Amino acid sequence: MASLTLENVRKSFGPTEVIHGVDIDVKDGEFIVIVGPSGCGKSTLLRMVAGLETVTSGTVSIDGRVVNGVEPMDRDIAMVFQNYALYPHMSVFDNMAYGLKIAKTPKPEIEARVAQAAKMLQLEPYLQRRPRELSGGQRQRVAMGRAIVRKPAVFLFDEPLSNLDAKLRVQMRLEIKTLQRDLGVTSLYVTHDQVEAMTLADRMIVMNGGVADQIGAPLEVYANPQTAFVAGFIGSPPTNFLAPAMLGQSGDGQIGIRPEHVRLAPSGQLTARAAYSEALGAETLVHLRGPNGGLLTVRQDAGEPIPEEGAEVSLDWDVDREMRFGPDGRRA
Amino acid sequence: MEKRVTFKGVWLPLLLVLPQLVITAVFFFYPAGQAVWQSLFIPDPFGLSMQWVGLGNFEYLLSDPYYRASFVTTAVFSVLVTVVSMGVALVLAVLADRLIKGSGAYRTLLIWPYAVAPAVAGVLWMFMFNTRVGVVTWYLGQLGYDWNHVLNGTEAMGLVVVASAWGRISYNFLFFLAGLQAIPRSVIEAAAIDGARFWTRFRTIVWPLLSPTTFFLLVVNIIYAFFETFGVIHTITAGGPQQSTTILVYKVYADGFVGQDLGSSAAQSVILLVVVSILTIVQFKFVERRVHY
Ligand SMILES: Nc1ncnc2c1ncn2[C@@H]1O[C@H](COP(=O)(O)OP(=O)(O)OP(=O)(O)O)[C@@H](O)[C@H]1O
Ligand SMILES: [Mg+2]
Repeated sequence: MASLTLENVRKSFGPTEVIHGVDIDVKDGEFIVIVGPSGCGKSTLLRMVAGLETVTSGTVSIDGRVVNGVEPMDRDIAMVFQNYALYPHMSVFDNMAYGLKIAKTPKPEIEARVAQAAKMLQLEPYLQRRPRELSGGQRQRVAMGRAIVRKPAVFLFDEPLSNLDAKLRVQMRLEIKTLQRDLGVTSLYVTHDQVEAMTLADRMIVMNGGVADQIGAPLEVYANPQTAFVAGFIGSPPTNFLAPAMLGQSGDGQIGIRPEHVRLAPSGQLTARAAYSEALGAETLVHLRGPNGGLLTVRQDAGEPIPEEGAEVSLDWDVDREMRFGPDGRRA
Repeated sequence: MEKRVTFKGVWLPLLLVLPQLVITAVFFFYPAGQAVWQSLFIPDPFGLSMQWVGLGNFEYLLSDPYYRASFVTTAVFSVLVTVVSMGVALVLAVLADRLIKGSGAYRTLLIWPYAVAPAVAGVLWMFMFNTRVGVVTWYLGQLGYDWNHVLNGTEAMGLVVVASAWGRISYNFLFFLAGLQAIPRSVIEAAAIDGARFWTRFRTIVWPLLSPTTFFLLVVNIIYAFFETFGVIHTITAGGPQQSTTILVYKVYADGFVGQDLGSSAAQSVILLVVVSILTIVQFKFVERRVHY
């Protein structure tokens, strides 16, 4: 158990800088999720913490110790890879015991720890199998088991659930959360799935093009996005963006308004043409074309009347729900 | 999805494989059959008549101390060639695998020796180690070592082993490098995070995952050492001194073409045929269940 600090961390591959100075302060036992679109540098950041990638500038410290020049094996971390990276020629037991054997842990203790992890992860029937004889979800659990038996100071996860089907993902998400709570190990978790980020994180970091746009508790980030990018990335369906001119206002920033805050009303601030709607059961998403042709979305309860396709409707919302962003994309 | 090209009918496929079949028949099955046939006879010294001896040639061979010595020589030679060429190739492949920049040039340079024919390689090494004008011999002389593989059997063996292994390193290197690059990077990284340093990783992860490649190369290299090193031996030592580098395939040539003992030579060919068949079967058996982890 430990804290983890990144200070102005930068990373360049050759002449191109992909991480442009990131500061993160992870408290002992905290679960931090890094979320962002593909290619924004999440994996690179995680790999720098793991020691698999050199840090171009800035410092990474674990429990107050700068680890920039420290080899991965000396950092007291464990990592779960997207493709699990199990040792294909070893049994499940040996996969989990590998790190302990190298650390010269006494045999009875290895057996006890692996048995405990196997029990926690419901892997007991599979201990003698090879990875290729397991399902995706079971492999995922072995990868988790390999991480937890070593009792590291920090867990690192790189999209560990992205190869699983939707149902299993939800189940494993819950298991990871429970496990992390029980073990209380400081964790850094990378994903591009905002639902995972929202549900798992104590605090989440939204990354955009090598920069940490916002760090905060999930609901706070959702309610109070600091940049237009965060407003657009977090939340599904995404935030509607309007130009001030559309509302007869001056200025050249953007106004963001979440779909659940917009309603169809007899008269409102904006008129739009209904394009199509998606009835999802408990709720309905109504997609409309705004005055400038851009798509807008309204989220309403299933009981509400659905406008006909092509019908002209008025949209209304409370002004204090508006999120105003300056021309630089920052919150005004 | 059917990715293979399929041919309809019988004639076109037959026509397409015919050249290969003809070549195999003319240059392999026919001489092999002839060798089996001849191994059962002893021709008279003038080659005018043949006398049926059944398995006599084989009986004679297996009780011949020279032939048995040649077996031992072949074993020593093959093991040395295989170990040296595979060992060096593996080290180079591991180094190349770690290299990111300039690995292309490095690889190309390492592949070059493969393009050199064994006999040419033999001449090359022979000149370098020539007892009178060889460069290496001269340097060894400066260091106070009197190199003379023409008289010294051990040195002769050393030289043919090095010359044979040299051309083989490229081939082994390519396979080892491909094998190493087929190991997922993340598996190695996972091992590093699990606490394994370079040697531990190599011993517990890389080597086991490389074992299919290693086994394949083992068989291929033994076959190479048995047969294809003829050119090297012929140019450098011609089997000498005192038969110390006469491997089985060289003895076939020496007894048959030089000694004109065609019956014995044919019997030796048949024995070699059996050896290579066994090796091939072992290899095929293995290739069938190549993915053993
Ligand atoms: N070894 C490398 N050499 C050069 N560029 C790299 C290297 N690794 C990553 N990059 C670049 O760095 C950027 C960030 O990559 P990274 O893998 O961290 O993205 P990511 O956020 O993890 O994306 P994803 O969600 O697709 O996994 C990308 O633009 C990528 O092209
Ligand atoms: Mg990634």
